[in-house]
Amino acid sequence: MPSLWIKHARVIDPAARRDAVGDLFIVDGKFTASLPAAARKRARVLDGRGLVACPGLIDLHVHFREPGQTHKETIATGSRAAAAGGFTSVVCMPNTSPAADNVGTIQLIKDVAARDAVIRVYPTGAITVGLKGQALAPIGTLRRAGVVAITDDGECIQSNDLMRRAVEYAKMFDLVVMDHCQDYSMTQGAVMNEGVVSTRLGLRGWPNAAEDIIVARNVILSEYIGAHIHLQHISSKFSVDVIRRAKSRGARITAEATPHHLALTDAALGTYDVNFKMNPPLRTEEDRQALIAGLRDGTLDIVATDHAPHTDYEKDKEFDYAPNGIIGLETALPVVLEVLVRQNRFKLPFVIDLLTRRPARLLGLPGGTLAPGTDADVCLFDPEEKWLYDAKAGFSKSSNSPWSGQRLTGRVKTTIVGGRMIYSDGKIFGE
Amino acid sequence: MPWTRRHLLTLEQLSLDEIEQVHATARAFKRTLQRSVRKVPALRGKTIVNLFLEPSTRTRMAFSMAAKRLSADVISFDSASSSTTKGETLRDTAENIQALQADMIVIRHSAAGSPLYLSRILNIPVINAGDGAHEHPTQGLLDTFTMKEHLGSLRGRKVVILGDILFSRVARSNIHALAKMGAAVTLVGPSTLVPHWFTELGVSVSRDLRGALADAEVVMLLRIQHERQAAGHFPSLGEYTSMFGLNKTRASWLNPKAIIMHPGPINRGVEIDSELADGERSVILEQVTNGIAVRMAVLFLCAGGQPENVTPAE
Repeated sequence: MPSLWIKHARVIDPAARRDAVGDLFIVDGKFTASLPAAARKRARVLDGRGLVACPGLIDLHVHFREPGQTHKETIATGSRAAAAGGFTSVVCMPNTSPAADNVGTIQLIKDVAARDAVIRVYPTGAITVGLKGQALAPIGTLRRAGVVAITDDGECIQSNDLMRRAVEYAKMFDLVVMDHCQDYSMTQGAVMNEGVVSTRLGLRGWPNAAEDIIVARNVILSEYIGAHIHLQHISSKFSVDVIRRAKSRGARITAEATPHHLALTDAALGTYDVNFKMNPPLRTEEDRQALIAGLRDGTLDIVATDHAPHTDYEKDKEFDYAPNGIIGLETALPVVLEVLVRQNRFKLPFVIDLLTRRPARLLGLPGGTLAPGTDADVCLFDPEEKWLYDAKAGFSKSSNSPWSGQRLTGRVKTTIVGGRMIYSDGKIFGE
Repeated sequence: MPWTRRHLLTLEQLSLDEIEQVHATARAFKRTLQRSVRKVPALRGKTIVNLFLEPSTRTRMAFSMAAKRLSADVISFDSASSSTTKGETLRDTAENIQALQADMIVIRHSAAGSPLYLSRILNIPVINAGDGAHEHPTQGLLDTFTMKEHLGSLRGRKVVILGDILFSRVARSNIHALAKMGAAVTLVGPSTLVPHWFTELGVSVSRDLRGALADAEVVMLLRIQHERQAAGHFPSLGEYTSMFGLNKTRASWLNPKAIIMHPGPINRGVEIDSELADGERSVILEQVTNGIAVRMAVLFLCAGGQPENVTPAE
């Protein structure tokens, strides 16, 4: 593996509070503080002028659909989409088919990832058997098999007692429980946020109260048990407030926001476009502003995509019948740069932190740093490049994106995993 | 302004001028319907497919009647015996209908937004005959047409819509049309079925039935469905009737010349006393009859006709 010398880039490493134009050196797959003069001659040089070099991005919430739904996405295609978006580590949700509630499925995901993935792919395990919310999955065994967290994502355990036992049991292994927060009794048949827009469109509403109630439930259980619960894709203003107050008491609660909930609102649903249908749904401008404020003051810990591929023919239905979810890996960085940096004046290193060091720390994953001696995962991007995003031309097997056909600002140029250049200028290396 | 729309999807997107054009065209057709030969040749040689994916009596028959009065051929699609029960998608069903060379599709569907979806897929005109809880534009047009026949201009007129507004496409279409026509609309019903968000559509929401009905010139009742009771929107039909049913006493609060409307099907003794439904202020059956002329107007205009070109019967 040749040494790499990234020259004259704006190097941002939140963990080291580094933000300066300079060089980055990689030898034998690891960052080094310097490169001896002799090695410099043999190193592959990447011109970093005008680019930002930061730790490879880390996404704690993706659906790669393998095994079982490989018509939507595979670990091969999903990991390539991730690489094209600057991500070097992703955490896969367990709602595969069969569900990742058993060692065999976890081992299969790990084997396929080792064979097909171009980035680091970590599995999560289910909390309950078949994600049915009825009986605990073999959590300890899943831990031994290598899951980095447990979650029933896409489903939400409705029984408070079962959730309590799951959290209490998982605490024994220091395993984070991640929850999709939704009270189903309040969201029967719901397809979008409940409010003025759903009233106008005649669509069944999903009230934010149904999220808030489970967020509050999880805060209560986390504090009662003293265990870490991570709240997935928070979308409601009230939930942000519940989390803020929980954190002020020192609760072991973390939470994520998605790029789409940060950028869009239910006002976008006026034409019943199914590429704006996801769960939790897009909410109001007030909610969106609360998510941004939540990221700013640390109430929300990270940005995660909830990359959820579905084929055209599955999405292309009446709004009521179209499946929930959009892809997000290839657009996450430009969307977040637009909303947080350009529109809301967040400092760039802070935004990088939300996508690198913090998600790594949240689950104890390697990466999220440029520290010498660590595995060299790098995202090199041009924060100013304008480009036309065409979801069909992307690396994901699916193209269900609300941003397809739009001009985005900020583009990933090169992605490096373990010192190896994986992606550069629109191409996966060696392909 | 000439009529330029090929589809009729919502009343929200129609201008006041367009609503008036449909009404003017409907008036002309209503006159032809009073002659001994009721048929006009306007759509001779055209085939209209009624794609009804949800049960309907009045609307489906009125659309068929309207198409036949315009001399069009009509094919009605029965969802129970069709490929949709074998899992064929709406897109495939609609593209097949177009491939069978239909000239126009009239769609009724339980999913809101599906007429808009079809209009983007197909090259032929799409007429919304009711989409979920979204809109029922021809009902809104025939309701306002009927109101105008009785009241003249609707500007400043006090209209009350009473009942299950949340799940009602009829209410939404009427709200949009009446707001454009300048009427003062008040929605009344249980708070679970009349969320405050409706005020954003330019109407008032009230829980005070007496205050709302006082001096109203139109009261439009909406069907109360048993399913809503099961879902906890109100305790019982009996309680609904006692709180919001229109009876003689409550009807006496109305303006003396007020008309009573209902899009049907009616639950006698639930949202309205049987006597009132059949009484002299009730225009419920006039609404049904006007539904033919209004739908003739819509089919005619969306097929490319202009309001001034309505030809008399031969």
